[in-house]
Amino acid sequence: MNFVLTKEQEFVRKMVRDFAKNEVEPIAAEIDREHRFPVENVAKMSKLGILGVPFPREYGGAGGDNISYAITIEELSRVCASTGTICAAHTSLCCWPIYSWGTEKQKKRYLPGLLAGGKLGAFGLTEPNAGTDAAGQQTKAEDKGSHWLLNGSKLFITNGGYADVYVIFAMTDRKKGSRGISAFIVEKGSEGFSIGKKEEKMGICASSTTELIFQNCRVPKENIIGDPGDGFKIAMSTLNGGRIGVASQALGIAQGAFDVTVAYMKGRKQFGKRLSQMEALQFDVANMRTQIEAARLMIYRAVDMKDRNLNYGPYSAMAKLFAAETAMYVTTKAVQLHGGYGYTKDYPVERMMRDAKITEIYEGTSEVQKIVIASAIFGK
Amino acid sequence: MTFKIIVCAKQVPDTNEIKIDPVTKTLIREGVPSILNPDDANALEEALRLKEQYADTHVTVITMGPPQAKDMLIECLAMGADEAVLASDRALGGSDTWATSNALSAVIEKLGGYDLIFAGRQAIDGDTAQVGPQIAEKLGIPQVTYVQECKIDHEMKNITVKRALEDGYEVVKIKTPCMLTAIKGLNKPRYMSVRGIYESVKSDIKTWGAKELGLDADREVGLDASPTNVYRSFTPLPKGKGTTIKAESEKETAQKLLVGLKTRHVI
Repeated sequence: MNFVLTKEQEFVRKMVRDFAKNEVEPIAAEIDREHRFPVENVAKMSKLGILGVPFPREYGGAGGDNISYAITIEELSRVCASTGTICAAHTSLCCWPIYSWGTEKQKKRYLPGLLAGGKLGAFGLTEPNAGTDAAGQQTKAEDKGSHWLLNGSKLFITNGGYADVYVIFAMTDRKKGSRGISAFIVEKGSEGFSIGKKEEKMGICASSTTELIFQNCRVPKENIIGDPGDGFKIAMSTLNGGRIGVASQALGIAQGAFDVTVAYMKGRKQFGKRLSQMEALQFDVANMRTQIEAARLMIYRAVDMKDRNLNYGPYSAMAKLFAAETAMYVTTKAVQLHGGYGYTKDYPVERMMRDAKITEIYEGTSEVQKIVIASAIFGK
Repeated sequence: MTFKIIVCAKQVPDTNEIKIDPVTKTLIREGVPSILNPDDANALEEALRLKEQYADTHVTVITMGPPQAKDMLIECLAMGADEAVLASDRALGGSDTWATSNALSAVIEKLGGYDLIFAGRQAIDGDTAQVGPQIAEKLGIPQVTYVQECKIDHEMKNITVKRALEDGYEVVKIKTPCMLTAIKGLNKPRYMSVRGIYESVKSDIKTWGAKELGLDADREVGLDASPTNVYRSFTPLPKGKGTTIKAESEKETAQKLLVGLKTRHVI
């Protein structure tokens, strides 16, 4: 057992923390208020390798590991959960399936741009009537000999409208149910592909969440990922890893809320003493700190298993479940400890509490995580 | 011909967090994070920008310090430097600025050949601003301190710099090889890249001791060879609160200010 980060991981934390402090934090409140996607920071992140942390150098990646990736998402989300989401959806949900399931040709064509070349990725699985229940896909892809023809729509797609490359799931053989789903790489600007409604959300307001519309969208034959029918497998394995991204995001939100709360309590005086000197409040902070630490250990454990190619699915589900609940608990407490000020937009905890909620919902709700965990105990 | 740049850097305690031990009067370094000295980051950034402009440029970062100073060199490599050298030896411990510039000059001479040397104006722990200029003197090359802007011609021979003064700047033309010391206003240092981190942690950083540098531990480097002795360190008392002048109009405010300054014989 070794609970010490490697030198590389420590440097990644320092570097992303510096970047987040200087570039992300100063605009976090503003982009939340204005619902503005931070294109300028995404471009900087691409240049610095933040969008390609856990991929080999030969494809343009930074050559890092998944712990460094988790640290990256944590540090970004610590000051701005929207920015964390943008990076996590791009890395876990678009780059990863192309890297893990794509052909050499697909990897060479798409990864260099995505990992460090200024391009952004997205993932389209969810539909109005099919979230985690992916087998209910309505979007279909027909084999037209020379190309695939996509028709249908996708909902709640993170990075929608700003992404250049989309991993899209569609039915190629409805009779086969979930085994009839296939995955495709669709480029922005493809004929018949457009961006639909942009969602107005409670939190992560600076991230883009949109509908994707496919109307006779022609996708080149070679853009299928894996074989026809591999889609469900690809989606589920992608989400196993995606949970690490969301868990790290939840951890970052909790840590960020914790840090600003501790600083606030040291400064705020009531009844002749500082909040930090009041034992009842100290106990709240001790609980917050303990949960954060537990969440961090669970995440690193799941990630370490992933890096060792062990079956980490239930572990990433447990980490995501616990980290998301921690984010809600810690941010709610953080607002409480700030009192009236915490409820205003003058303090970041208000935004952090709104941002935390999504981590209990996307990439599998907490209930779905429990299904995953339970099925590892009782079988499917 | 490769254009060779040497950057002198120092690992320093983050002064935002530093305190002085009230008994021993020395800096408390335990638990204080170490960082790349800010002005040195500007020096490195300028070297890296030249490297981006002229492909055939080689940037070497050198430092003197304990073995932990390697971490700072890794950071410099992860930012984009090509090579890093650490001068580290017990015999170098306790060196003042004179002894330090002896050691760094020896490192530079051992590296053999250079076209340009950058250093930060000063380090945030000692604040002397002496090491850069001393190195230039010892190497016998011209120097410009407090550089706030730097332009080099296409032949890489003539550099035009803006040298910051208290109330303006002067434009100085200088020929390579030379030493320039950088100030904060020169540029905005870049971040490490994630790829750079993974490449540089595993890279080989040369470490040279006093013997390898041909330095006399009694007369050139180390505590005994250092002419400077620190008599006392202390935390300066905070200045009292300033006076705020408020009056009905701007004119009245200015009048009050003038009267105040005159009664104190400032003007």
